[in-house]
Amino acid sequence: MNEQLTATDSKADKTVFGFWVYLMTDCILFASLFAVFVVLRGNTFGGPSGAELFSLPFVLLETLILLTSSFTAGLAMLAVHRRDNNQVLAWFGITFALGLSFLGLELYEFANLYQEGNGWQRSGFLSAFFTLVGTHGLHITTGLLWMGVMMIKIYRQGISIASAKRLTMLSLFWHFLDIVWIFIFTIVYLAGDIYG
Amino acid sequence: MKRKYKVLFFALLATAAVVALILYLKTSNVAVLNPKGVIASKERDLIITTTMLMLIVVIPVFILTFFIAWKYRASNTKAKYSPDLDHNRLIEFTWWAIPTVIIVVLSLITWRSTHELDPFRPIAVNKKPITVQVVALQWKWLFIYPEQNIATVNLVQFPVDTPVSFEITSDAPMNSFWIPQLGGQVYAMAGMKTKLHLIAGEAGDFRGSSANISGRGFAGMDFTARSSSRGNFNSWVESVKSTGSTLSLDQYKMLAKPSQNNKVTYFSSTEDNLQGKVIMKYMAPGVFGQAGYQDGSYSEYDSNGHH
Amino acid sequence: MLGRLNLDAIPTDPITLGGLISGTLGILTVIGLLFYFKRWKWLYRNWLTSLDPKRIGVMYIVIALLMLLRGAADAVMMRTQQALSSGDSQGILSADQFQQVFSAHGTIMIFFVAMGLMFGLINWIVPLQIGARDVAFPFLNSVSFWLFAAGAILVNVSLGVGEFSAAGWLAYPPLSGLEYSPGVGVDYWIWALQIAGVGSLLAGINFFVTILKMRRAGMTLMKMPMFTWSVLTSMILVIFAFPILTATLGMLSLDRLLGMHFFTSDFGGNPMMYVNLIWAWGHPEVYILILPAFGIFSEVVATFSRKRLFGYTSMVIALIAITFLSFIVWLHHFFTMGAGANVNAFFGIMTMVIAIPTGVKVFNWLFTMYRGKITFATPMLWFLGFVIIFTIGGMAGVLMAVPPADFQVHNSLFLVAHFHSMVVGGVLFGFFAGLTYWFPKIFGFKLNERLGRYAVFCWIGGFILAFVPLYILGLMGATRRLDHYDASMGWQGLFIVAGVGGAIIMVGIGFQILQLAYSILMREENSDLTGDPWDGRTLEWATSSPPQIYNFAHVPPVSDRDAFWALKQAKTSSSEKLHYESIRLPKNSPVGMIIAAFSIMGGFALIWHIWWLAVACLVGLIVTIIIRVSDEHTEYTLPASKVRKLEEEQYV
Repeated sequence: MNEQLTATDSKADKTVFGFWVYLMTDCILFASLFAVFVVLRGNTFGGPSGAELFSLPFVLLETLILLTSSFTAGLAMLAVHRRDNNQVLAWFGITFALGLSFLGLELYEFANLYQEGNGWQRSGFLSAFFTLVGTHGLHITTGLLWMGVMMIKIYRQGISIASAKRLTMLSLFWHFLDIVWIFIFTIVYLAGDIYG
Repeated sequence: MKRKYKVLFFALLATAAVVALILYLKTSNVAVLNPKGVIASKERDLIITTTMLMLIVVIPVFILTFFIAWKYRASNTKAKYSPDLDHNRLIEFTWWAIPTVIIVVLSLITWRSTHELDPFRPIAVNKKPITVQVVALQWKWLFIYPEQNIATVNLVQFPVDTPVSFEITSDAPMNSFWIPQLGGQVYAMAGMKTKLHLIAGEAGDFRGSSANISGRGFAGMDFTARSSSRGNFNSWVESVKSTGSTLSLDQYKMLAKPSQNNKVTYFSSTEDNLQGKVIMKYMAPGVFGQAGYQDGSYSEYDSNGHH
Repeated sequence: MLGRLNLDAIPTDPITLGGLISGTLGILTVIGLLFYFKRWKWLYRNWLTSLDPKRIGVMYIVIALLMLLRGAADAVMMRTQQALSSGDSQGILSADQFQQVFSAHGTIMIFFVAMGLMFGLINWIVPLQIGARDVAFPFLNSVSFWLFAAGAILVNVSLGVGEFSAAGWLAYPPLSGLEYSPGVGVDYWIWALQIAGVGSLLAGINFFVTILKMRRAGMTLMKMPMFTWSVLTSMILVIFAFPILTATLGMLSLDRLLGMHFFTSDFGGNPMMYVNLIWAWGHPEVYILILPAFGIFSEVVATFSRKRLFGYTSMVIALIAITFLSFIVWLHHFFTMGAGANVNAFFGIMTMVIAIPTGVKVFNWLFTMYRGKITFATPMLWFLGFVIIFTIGGMAGVLMAVPPADFQVHNSLFLVAHFHSMVVGGVLFGFFAGLTYWFPKIFGFKLNERLGRYAVFCWIGGFILAFVPLYILGLMGATRRLDHYDASMGWQGLFIVAGVGGAIIMVGIGFQILQLAYSILMREENSDLTGDPWDGRTLEWATSSPPQIYNFAHVPPVSDRDAFWALKQAKTSSSEKLHYESIRLPKNSPVGMIIAAFSIMGGFALIWHIWWLAVACLVGLIVTIIIRVSDEHTEYTLPASKVRKLEEEQYV
């Protein structure tokens, strides 16, 4: 029994380590998009710049929502360690709702920009903006999908060792997206407001 | 014994091949090794110096490879066998050190020559350079002489022993502007201006071409670079001026349409600042009469950039 | 309904049609044979759904070798075209066809031949060499393979439906943008690479974790076999470089699909950024391929010299140095873009610095041979060919690292000759050596030596004859990718010589095919019953040939770099009755194949703008993945009694 336990442990260890490595590759993907954004930021080709388009209070709201969701995801993980099914579902439920509203706000921003004629075809700057922020949004969508599937699973079967391991990775993923967003907030929106 | 002859035979064959190769290179017209201008000469010398420096390591490697392989073949029972010999500080240090020394020397040469032969750097000669603006098109080269107010296609002429300052751009996919006997190449890119300073040391026709794939007609993008005496050049300019066809903006748009294997063409005068306009049309909307994206919709501009 | 797909997509010119028909006939023959011998179930159970890395490795290599034939056919067409198409003659191909052919040749050779052979060999050997029973993530491994296969299939679909990219193997914009390449060719290129690239990235993560987490106790990092070391560094490069490729291809496809302006010349796009990004991946990619080849040569030279590898520590330092340096040299691929002299000089010098660790490796191999007992089996002959060709190519490489010298040979056939020296002489020869060396381990019988030798001689001789003329032509001012040139250039003679060289290489490939067929036919005579046909030094030789699915019933202890050699020297007999334990193994899974099917269809849909199909495939992918991760019974236990039976059977 004891031996088997260490065997599963080392396996979980391997998987979580592998997931960290994956997160690093994702980091490089985002780094490439950030680099491209910084290069293209000034290339508006006569179109509007970031300072003219972005509303900082709106983005701050998005940021607060995402930060809170990271906090609730943390609370959910504490509940996972206590093996408290209801608390896990409750906290992940809140995280899910927050994530969904973040996504909704982002889509609202995108739709507004597009309708005002500032879509991604307008300039290199806007292409880079939509792609960078959109890639983050796609990751959030993936995270929500994952969270939804896990919640159904926990609701049906409770928390197993295997699902606890997956939830660990999910929370890593969620925090990672939070950090990426902080960079987006700083480099795209804040710096955009300051430098135009 | 028989094996020894075989080895000898292959060694002789290899030597003969190398000698034949060197003779071939000496006797045939190898453009890069047969330069006709200062820049290309310096680049040729650089190629030879670098190669010689590397041969200091490469030749011993070749000799060692075959010597060791031959001497320590399994069938040679006389050779020593030390199966556990797996390191030797001094020896390893030596072959970290020798290549390092050579690379340090090469690095110094690289640093100096890269600055000296920077294509953007004007040639230090006591002579006023002539400016030629180059536009790579699908699939031909347009040469504009802003001082003479003429333009040509697929032929560029200039006086001998006079620095030529090429200002290069593209109104097509990326190309690379290369006249091997006068010097190295530089990319031609839309919305950008790169520079290349060359000089011809003797009169003659030199082949130029595009070195970067730019679509279907790319292989036919040859042009002639002709260096001639100053007098010859001046009378050539006069003859071009008398051809009577002007390169207006409309004429340019016709010319810029894709076409292959173009003949040499002359224009007696050109639109003002044509190259500048060609570059600017990629930088901002409405410079060149192309569609611009304004307030969410496309709108047409006329050639002067007015509505 | 079908986007921009219609009947015009089917080619009508004789050459494409010829390729198409021979390809289709090949597939039909295979299908026919499978029906005739009733082997479908065998194929499905033992191969297509297998999660055994050794079998996945075989599948990688089969696809890579088939793609090698396709790439070689492209090479023959190019050599023929350039040998003929001088002056009034236009050769056998139109400009557009010729450009598709060289684009396909480069893409196929790098992504589907070199990468395929590399991942195949890694799958074969790395778990065995570190004393592991499997990789870290066996299912992910299958997905990686199938994404690779999906990319390969998509490239070949372009032969029959539509066209392939004509923009070169790296598809520089703006040529590859919508304005100058409105057709589907570039889209085929993008999606084939995107799908295969994601597969490579996942495989990179997998083997990185495998090597770091699954080594036999006692095998510290500095006791790892050199091949494993080289794979570790190569996988680190994969992890750092491939996300850049994913992002870059993604942006190019957004330009083409949604009209974005990342890499357009106007609207604020920046094509130079693409060139930087693609080489920020592309240069490490070259080292991703060459490092494992170096690793193979390290194993081969030590084994066939019957001696310990010389300068192990130097070798490791050299690998790490190359790994690091390969990320700060990318700009040497475009010195001619007009960056300032300081920038060019910096990147030039960094490039030269790579020559130091590489040179050290060559010296260490030579000193491994020194005072050895060298037998010249085929892998060793590949090594000697490698030393000659790779050194010449390396010399050309250092020459081109000097920016002003590069101005004169960049984009010329000199450059083409240089990188073929590295990729053929280095990478391909290395993988051929590895294939010959490890073939008996995986299949239980050796390849015929005589035919192998003929192949080596044809490859080396043919290579020199094919590429020395290209070095000269480059110096004569012949640029790469010319479908036609003027007769007055005086190039035709050299092009004909190069063509003859190409033909000799084809004879070499012929010998390799013959060698494979003959060896399979005569496998009883060449069978390897000991598991150690070459008197090997590392753990992969410590088990039977072929190994059981679990690799080792008992993983031998590791106390030395040459773990198996040390065991053999100590001569500890294992005559005592062994105790067997049960082993957990992954169950077969068809999910990798299903993911590949959705990827192919999805890629096809995006290429042809069939939006509903693209959405359907995406949904299909998501559902497939959810179903797979919900499955908790993905492993089974091989009981100790069964292990005992298998072990005892193989020594009968």
